Amino acid sequence: MNIGNKSTSWRFFSWFFAIALVTPIVVMLVASINVSSELFDHLWATVLPEYIRNTLVLGILVAVLSLCFGVPAAALISQTNIVMAKQLRWLLMLPLAMPAYLVAYLYTDLFDYAGPVQRLLRAWFGWQAPSDYYFFDIRTIGGAAIVIALVLFPYVYMLTRTAFEQQDRNLLRASRLLGCTERQSFYQVALPLARPAIAVSLALVTMETLADFATVQYFAVNTLTTAIYDTWLGYGDFAAANALASVLMLFILFAVVAEQRARAGQRHQSSRPNTQQQRKQLSVSQQIFASIFCWFLVFAGFLLPMSLLLVMAVDYADYPQFLTLMATGKNSLKIATYSATIATLIALMLALFQRLHQSSSRMLPMQISGFGYAIPGTVLAMAMLATFGPLDHMINDVAKAFGFTAPGLILSGTVFAIVFAFVVRFSAIANGTINAGLGQIPKSLDLAPASLGVKTVPAILRVHLPLLKSSMLVAWLLVFVEAMKELPAVLLLRPFNFETLSTQIYQLISDERLEQGALGAILIVLFGLLPIIFLNRQKDSK
Amino acid sequence: MLNKIWFSSFVFVALLSASNTVVASDDVNVYSYRQPFLVKPLFDKFTQETGIKVNVVFAKKGMAERLSREGEYSPADILLTTDISRLIELQEQDLLQPATSTELSTAIPAQFKASDDTWYALTTRVRNIYSAKRLGKIDFNYEDLADKKWQGKICTRSGKHPYNVALVASMIAEHGEADTLTWLQKVKANLARKPQGSDRAQVQAIHQSLCDVSLGNSYYFGNMLNDDKQKVWAEAVYINFPNQGNRGAHVNISGMAMAKYAPNKANALALMNFLVSVPAQKMYAETNMEYPVRPGVTPSTLVASWGQFKADDLALETIAKHRKAALILLDKAQFDL
Repeated sequence: MNIGNKSTSWRFFSWFFAIALVTPIVVMLVASINVSSELFDHLWATVLPEYIRNTLVLGILVAVLSLCFGVPAAALISQTNIVMAKQLRWLLMLPLAMPAYLVAYLYTDLFDYAGPVQRLLRAWFGWQAPSDYYFFDIRTIGGAAIVIALVLFPYVYMLTRTAFEQQDRNLLRASRLLGCTERQSFYQVALPLARPAIAVSLALVTMETLADFATVQYFAVNTLTTAIYDTWLGYGDFAAANALASVLMLFILFAVVAEQRARAGQRHQSSRPNTQQQRKQLSVSQQIFASIFCWFLVFAGFLLPMSLLLVMAVDYADYPQFLTLMATGKNSLKIATYSATIATLIALMLALFQRLHQSSSRMLPMQISGFGYAIPGTVLAMAMLATFGPLDHMINDVAKAFGFTAPGLILSGTVFAIVFAFVVRFSAIANGTINAGLGQIPKSLDLAPASLGVKTVPAILRVHLPLLKSSMLVAWLLVFVEAMKELPAVLLLRPFNFETLSTQIYQLISDERLEQGALGAILIVLFGLLPIIFLNRQKDSK
Repeated sequence: MLNKIWFSSFVFVALLSASNTVVASDDVNVYSYRQPFLVKPLFDKFTQETGIKVNVVFAKKGMAERLSREGEYSPADILLTTDISRLIELQEQDLLQPATSTELSTAIPAQFKASDDTWYALTTRVRNIYSAKRLGKIDFNYEDLADKKWQGKICTRSGKHPYNVALVASMIAEHGEADTLTWLQKVKANLARKPQGSDRAQVQAIHQSLCDVSLGNSYYFGNMLNDDKQKVWAEAVYINFPNQGNRGAHVNISGMAMAKYAPNKANALALMNFLVSVPAQKMYAETNMEYPVRPGVTPSTLVASWGQFKADDLALETIAKHRKAALILLDKAQFDL
């Protein structure tokens, strides 16, 4: 379909935004070039090997656990007659609404030696000291992996379930006709067909885990992100910190490439979705086991942390708190709305460019614009300052040269920097969602306007945009939620007198006073529920 | 149509940044490492007295980096920090300017300010050793934490936290690097658990008998006593001022400085003068249970009830000087692993 050659501006803007989004990353890489080897040698000789080992172990554990949680749950919901399937279907998505750092704080607090669970056990059994009994230590890599997996597995669950549901039922029937048992047809046909979806979701889970700092900190687990913070804030060596961040990005790039290769194999578009398929009838014992499994995930990933927050809120919340919450909540809403809108528009442009434009490099803008997801928030914030600081200086110098008063830091010192950072960080999510939506539109429709003799871009958009409406909304909502939750970038980049829900909660947590921030935390979670409710309603209406 | 969309996005972004820039010139702008609830009452009082509005950004990580990137166009007038090393870091990166006034020079003793007048201390805080009440009163030296008798009985937050790094730096000043490394290794061997959590969480752990001894700043004791939930933790421990028989307890500061390119210099100086005034010193020290720097101003009744103590008179600059060495030793001892 030859539409793109006429619209050079489309091409220009696609590249413009992609390059803009990748610039902070390039700045970061450039800054890492003049790294001193002395500090590196020291780190390598002392703590770095352990950090790298922890990073790898954590990444692998979280990936494996998310797989063990998400895939069976997806299979049970989409392929069996499990009791309350309709409710579990969306309940299993709820953990996604919980910020990981919050769940981490709640769980470490709950299961810690000094926490209520162990206190209760000691009171019941009369134990006096840690040596009197065995209780698992929550502040370990294992503890961290379980808790992180509990809030991230819904990615795996959602994508895998969708893949199962959209599989061509004829393929499954064929396998049965060819003599496969139910079990064989699942393992040999359904599961391999879902592989690309599983790979995509695992890549997301791994990226989020590796770029995380706040969460692992509660578990006293030191990872590569710890090293980045140490070198930058402790040793004051920005170059070394950037070099380490680049190493981390390599890890993550590996995950991205693996994911894209997996998706490249996904040429299978089903025109006969698997909605009417015969569900496997579970025996009573299977039914019980399956229900316990699914309800455990819902309970541990959402109900328990949410109840803890509610109890705190009931005990501590008061009216003045509510009023400050309104003010800070407004700031959170503002930056989240800006970020979600911009990220969705850019993703839409890049996705359509990739699909419809003729240039040979049409894939690149979208690919490079997603890299930001891999960068820890604080490092990204630094990169923003390093990018927009000089730009701001230029603007002010020029203004002064022409005799105007200097306008001040209009880029790096305002909400602009925060929103830009969020767009850089969360573009990958918007890109992925819109791209997936576009993938559902048969290629033949690209030709529809042309077959009617119309070759213009607006004509194409008139066909595609309505079909993409729901993907756009999902993308918007997902970015919105992530932006509501984000902490480190907003902490460093914010302008004067600017608090958000997440910065407020962070300050209270750092003083062990989450109780007073419980109301705000609940608000973040409630916003996080929006896309889930929407996704669910959308599915039901189909 | 497409062009229109992208164009309006541009306008959108432009508006977005324009709506959030301008800070009026009769204000004073503060970059603060200190939490809002600590400084807000003071700033409110300042505004009430002078009519000058105070704008604040609060952040702990990367403030110096932000300031240096902003350079001559930075809106910051005043920096409020904790930990001497952060002040020295700002001074060494040439991000500060000297500030002088008769008020400042009469209020702040020479040992609590930079020799070039670029920074001033506002309060001091002690790195205390907390010990379980069930053990009875004990006289501690920091050196004692390496003693085998505390094996499996010590709790602390991350060794890399600025408060611990400063303590290690003071140990280097006293004992040299080699002995300090040995001390660190022995303390690590005595830990009840991997370094984790905040200073308050360690006291909670003592309350729950997970350990007997912890390191913690003085003001947390007062703040815990004033918190409904944390009161019981604090009541389970004694606050000990270490090394009273010799060099004295390790003391750190919180302080202030004027940014090199402060756009509202006069207002900034007014705020600095205000912060060292007797009522402000009293208030600042009381809201966070710290010791005021200005001679003659007494700490809160609660803080005073912990008794007089001897403070290590090691120069603050010396602590900052040994900071990097302290970090390297902490890595070498693999203190946090």
